[in-house]
Amino acid sequence: MSYLNDLYQEVILDHNRKPRNFRELEDANRKADGYNPLCGDKVTVYIRLEDDVVKDVSFKGSGCAISTASASLMTETLKGKTRSEIAALFKAFRSLVTGKSDATVKQAELGKLAVFHGVSEFPVRVKCATLAWHTLQAALENQQETVSTE
Amino acid sequence: MKTSRDVVSVDARPAARSVFNVYKIREDFPILRQKIHGKPLVYLDNAATTQKPEKVIEALHRFYSQYNSNVHRGVHSLSEQATEAYEDARSKVQRFIHACHVHEIVFVRSTTEAINLVAQSYGRKYVKSGDEIIISAMEHHSNIVPWQMLCEEKGAVLRVVPINDQGELLLEEYEKLFNPRTRLVSVAHVSNALGTVLPVRTIIDMAHRRNVPVLIDGAQSVPHLKVDVQQLDCEFYAFSGHKLFGPTGVGILYGKSALLENMPPYQGGGDMISSVTFEKTIYNVLPFKFEAGTPNIAGAIGLGMAIDYLDEVGLGNVAVYEQELLCYATEVLSTIPRLRIIGTAREKVGVLSFVIEGAHPHDVGTVLDQEGIAIRTGHHCAQPVMDRFAVPATARASVALYNTREEVDALARAIHKAIELFC
Ligand SMILES: Cc1ncc(COP(=O)(O)O)c(C=O)c1O
Repeated sequence: MSYLNDLYQEVILDHNRKPRNFRELEDANRKADGYNPLCGDKVTVYIRLEDDVVKDVSFKGSGCAISTASASLMTETLKGKTRSEIAALFKAFRSLVTGKSDATVKQAELGKLAVFHGVSEFPVRVKCATLAWHTLQAALENQQETVSTE
Repeated sequence: MKTSRDVVSVDARPAARSVFNVYKIREDFPILRQKIHGKPLVYLDNAATTQKPEKVIEALHRFYSQYNSNVHRGVHSLSEQATEAYEDARSKVQRFIHACHVHEIVFVRSTTEAINLVAQSYGRKYVKSGDEIIISAMEHHSNIVPWQMLCEEKGAVLRVVPINDQGELLLEEYEKLFNPRTRLVSVAHVSNALGTVLPVRTIIDMAHRRNVPVLIDGAQSVPHLKVDVQQLDCEFYAFSGHKLFGPTGVGILYGKSALLENMPPYQGGGDMISSVTFEKTIYNVLPFKFEAGTPNIAGAIGLGMAIDYLDEVGLGNVAVYEQELLCYATEVLSTIPRLRIIGTAREKVGVLSFVIEGAHPHDVGTVLDQEGIAIRTGHHCAQPVMDRFAVPATARASVALYNTREEVDALARAIHKAIELFC
C-alpha cells in the first residue's frame, strides 16, 4: 500500500473531493480544452491574463483524482505568476512526475505541487497529472484545438 | 479448497471432462501462478485479451524450434509440415464455428482486420452513394470506424440502432431503420463494454427478409458461447485469436463462399495470386485470395491449439460455469454502496462494467492493481456507449473460464478499499 499512499496523498484526495477554483471564469480572456483519451478525462482551463501576468485562473471538467487534484492545485499556484515563471514551474513539475527531478531542489521550487512526487512510480498516470498543465499552456498560447495527451 | 460449491457439474454438452473443476483449469495457465505487488494475480481483463494455456505456448515453441518455415511455397519437408499444420488449424476453426467449407475461413490479423477487409472489399464493391449501413449503438470502435471510412468515401450513410437503459438493442427501432437503400448490417454478437448478448439470430432473420447481408463481430462471443455460423446464417463472422486463449496477431474472417468468391482481393502480394505477368494477374482461389503475403503461421497454429483446448474442456461447460460466476459477481458487486453496474441486459456474458460515485474508474484501477487485480478502465474503445450512459469511463471486470469466486471476493474487497480511500 505504500506506493499507493505516496500517490494518493491526503492533499490530493482533499483537492479531488473539493476542487478549488472549479468554475467558469466570467472575465476570462484565455481558455482551452484538454482531453486524455486513455481515461476520458476532460478539462477546460480559463485564464484572465493581464500584461503577461495571470490575474485569475479556474477550471471545469471531469477526471480522475490525479487529474482533478492536479488542476485544482495548479490553479491555486498560478495566480500572480508571469508566463515565464509558469513555464519554469511546468518544467519542474514535469520532471517531478516523470521522476527526472533531482529531488530536493525542485521540490522546494514546486511548493505544494511537490505532493505529486508519487506519480513517478505510476508511469501511466503521468498524463493525468500533466493534462491540466498542457491545457493551461494551450490557453496561454491561445490554441483553439482541444489538446490531447496522446 | 475444493468445495462442492466450486465444482459445477454440467449437463449442457457431454465433454471429455464432464465435471468442470476451475482449480484444475487454472493449472493449465502458467501466467496465473505469479504475484503482482506481492499479491496473487487476479486477472479480470479477459475482454481485452485472455491468457494462454500451456498447450498453446508449447505449440508456438514447437513450431519455432522444430518446423519453422514458410507455407504453400516449398517442396522441402519443413515447409510441408508447416503448411499441413497451418491448414489443419484452418480446419479446426471451420469445425469450431461450424462453417460449411474450409475455404470460407480466412486467416487475418484480428477482428479489426476482418471487418476492414469486408468494408474495403465487399463494401467498396457494393455500397454506393446514398446507400445505408446499419450498426448498433454498442459497437466497438473497430465496428464503427471502418464503416465511417467507407461511408465517407462513397457518400453512404451509417445508421445506428439505439439501446435501452439496460444496454439491450431496441429491435423495433432496428426494424424501422431498413429501407431499400440498406446494403449491410454489422453488429456485435456480444458487447465488450456491457456484456450484452445481442439477439443475432433475430437480427439476421430481419435483415435477410430484406435481402440484406449481415456481418457479426464475434470478438467477445467466441470465448463464451457456442457459435454455429450455418445456424446463424450470417454472411460474415469475425473474431480474434487472442481473446480466445490463442496468440495475438491472428484472427478469423468467416464468409459465405458465394460472397467471398465475388469479392475483390483486399491486399495484393504473394500467395493471393495464381499467376502474375505484367499484363495480367489471376487471383488465387479462396481463401488464399484474401491472404496476401506470409501469414502469421505460428499464430494460426497456436489458435488451432487453443480451439483443441476448449474442445477438451467443453465450451458448454465453460458457458455454464461462467454464467454462474457472473451471477455471483453481479450479486456481490450489487451490494456495494455507491457502485452502479452499467449494462444489465437479461442476456449477458462475461463482463461487469461499473462506476462508483466519487471514485473515478482510473483511480479504482490503480488501487485494484496494487491488490494484484487486473481490470480495464476507460471507454473500452466504445465511446458511444459511454456517451449513452453519460459516464466518461467505466471500470470493467471481465471473466474467463479460469476465474473463481474467491477472485470475485478479492475484487469486492479491493473495491471497498478504493471507496474508503476516495469517498
Ligand atoms: C466487440 C469487439 N470487437 C472488436 C474488437 C477488436 O479486436 P482486435 O483488437 O483483436 O482486432 C474487440 C476488442 O476489444 C471487441 O471487444
